Amino acid sequence: MASTIIRRLVHMVAVLFGISVLVFLIFFATPGANPAERIAGKNASPQTVARVERQFGLNRPLPIQYALMMKKIFITRNLTSYVNLGEKVVPQVFKAAPITLSLVAGAAIIWIVVAIAIGAVAAAFRNSWIDRLLMVLSLIGISMPVFWVGTMANLFTQGIWHHTWLFSWVPPLGYVDFSKSPVLWFKSLLIPWITLAILYIGLYARVLRAALIETMQEDFIRTARAKGLSERQVLLRHALRCSLVSVVTLFGLDFGVLVGGGALLTEVVFGLQGVGYLTYQALETLDLPMIMATVIYASVFVVVSNAVVDIVYAAFDPRMRLRR
Amino acid sequence: MNPLLEIVDLAVSFRTSNGLIRAVDGVSFSIAEREILGIVGESGSGKSLTVLAILDLIGDPNAVVTGSIRFRGIELIGQKPETLRRLRGGAIAMIFQDPMTALTPVFTIGAQISEQIRIHTDLSRHAAQARAVELLDAVGLPDPHRAAARYPQELSGGQRQRAVIAMALSCNPALLLADEPTTALDVTVQAQILELIRKLRDDFNSAVILITHNLGVVAETADRVAVMYSGRIVETADTGALFADPHHPYTWGLLGSMPALDGIRRPRLTTIPGLPPALDRRPQGCAFSPRCGFVRPECLPAPPCLTGTMHQAACVIADHERAAARNQVLAA
Repeated sequence: MASTIIRRLVHMVAVLFGISVLVFLIFFATPGANPAERIAGKNASPQTVARVERQFGLNRPLPIQYALMMKKIFITRNLTSYVNLGEKVVPQVFKAAPITLSLVAGAAIIWIVVAIAIGAVAAAFRNSWIDRLLMVLSLIGISMPVFWVGTMANLFTQGIWHHTWLFSWVPPLGYVDFSKSPVLWFKSLLIPWITLAILYIGLYARVLRAALIETMQEDFIRTARAKGLSERQVLLRHALRCSLVSVVTLFGLDFGVLVGGGALLTEVVFGLQGVGYLTYQALETLDLPMIMATVIYASVFVVVSNAVVDIVYAAFDPRMRLRR
Repeated sequence: MNPLLEIVDLAVSFRTSNGLIRAVDGVSFSIAEREILGIVGESGSGKSLTVLAILDLIGDPNAVVTGSIRFRGIELIGQKPETLRRLRGGAIAMIFQDPMTALTPVFTIGAQISEQIRIHTDLSRHAAQARAVELLDAVGLPDPHRAAARYPQELSGGQRQRAVIAMALSCNPALLLADEPTTALDVTVQAQILELIRKLRDDFNSAVILITHNLGVVAETADRVAVMYSGRIVETADTGALFADPHHPYTWGLLGSMPALDGIRRPRLTTIPGLPPALDRRPQGCAFSPRCGFVRPECLPAPPCLTGTMHQAACVIADHERAAARNQVLAA
């Protein structure tokens, strides 16, 4: 187990290195993407551009530029924005990260719990009206764009129904830090959590149902029945445990992507200044250092959550432990 | 003495788009306490379905089971799921064909055995686990403590089948249903597992229904044999009688296609020509008639009934003609 984890860590570092090089090359070495011209502004004289190049070190060889950039991100942490000159990038990412983490982690708990419940119930009542109803509902959940759901949620909870007993508890849009007021933190995030979770509930419930139904055809399910287990015990103990692997795979990818900035639309709709929001702004202004920082932050999360998934796999399914 | 299990006129049919298809058709037999009954037949003869029907484990929503299955006088067909569940793994336990897939891959052997013990008894977790180790020892797994802590895929096929048998025995079943328990195993391991099943009767007082397509297995293990063909029993007798004086041409065919491991080796094995009929295209009369070398007009309108008392066969060949006809098949 320990060697698995160490191998996994080495693997992670290698992947992160690859991603950072790739992103760096895309933004700094693609023909036409001359960062100096961007910083110098429109219609800048060649002399100005040349001065900017010298000042920002953009005239130095690419490997050195890359190394300097990495040093500024990871070691000195004083990388500054090209757009809001003088503003440090890394602290901004660190400020935005807890917001995104709060949003995604809360939503993840909701979607995992609800999706497992729906998937298990649908599989247990396969082909009955309950199953069909749940599957239609989850398809609707998958089909609704998250920005539309968020806007609708705002319309009702902040607007027309805000003064009824139903939604009077909903605080104004925006993030409240957990350390400031846990209750307010929870209240301000509950609607965004549900909004973000809906899509994944639909997706995971369908995937789990399919996996459960497939597992229920296995020989060992018949053995479990022959032991005298009730249908519910067979489903929840034997089948669910074997089917969760497919959900864990999905979860590792989705969670990493969302924490890395994929929850952008939800963040924008609910005024949460998370990493997605930050990336979005940086892309709009082509703020290269900010883009570098957010992309590397995002890839760290994707890679780390994938590594965690591999370890969770082994916990769920002993067959994975034997693989070398 | 009342039989332990009595099956009368059991039929298993499947609803299909072409109407009802009968996979098991009018099967009747009974088994006494501590008796080992072998059911022999080729694939698709309905032997597995017959046994699965006993515990309502067919698991196909389109299956229709009719007839009567009485276990210690209790009718099992149409019985409440609750009652059946208490029998399953308790008084009636089952061993499946493929030990590779019969155990849940995510739980240890010990956990799976103690789970069954805890369903049927009120032993504590710890006591059930200890009993599981005892059982693994009893079925001859080396180092039972370590085996109990292992996952199914960490054991060999023979070891897994022993674990499956240990699990089946965990609640001292009065009746053990073994569905081709040795088919997936090596020949040497097969012999060990059969030896183990024979020993069960002495150690655990279990009656056994042993399904197999291998007459050799039956000859070694069973007290009584039922030969099934195309959903029906075509011959049933005590093992000795069946091998000494087989009545049905299908049984002859099976015997003729068996290589002799001792005694005189026949120059070549006989085969039964053709294939068993598809279930929805079974002939009106004897199902074996299209492959039988001794067909007569009376075989064709309706399937012959099982006749005889101790040694029953569903064939029209009369006693005095039998030896001559049989020699044509077996002495070839």
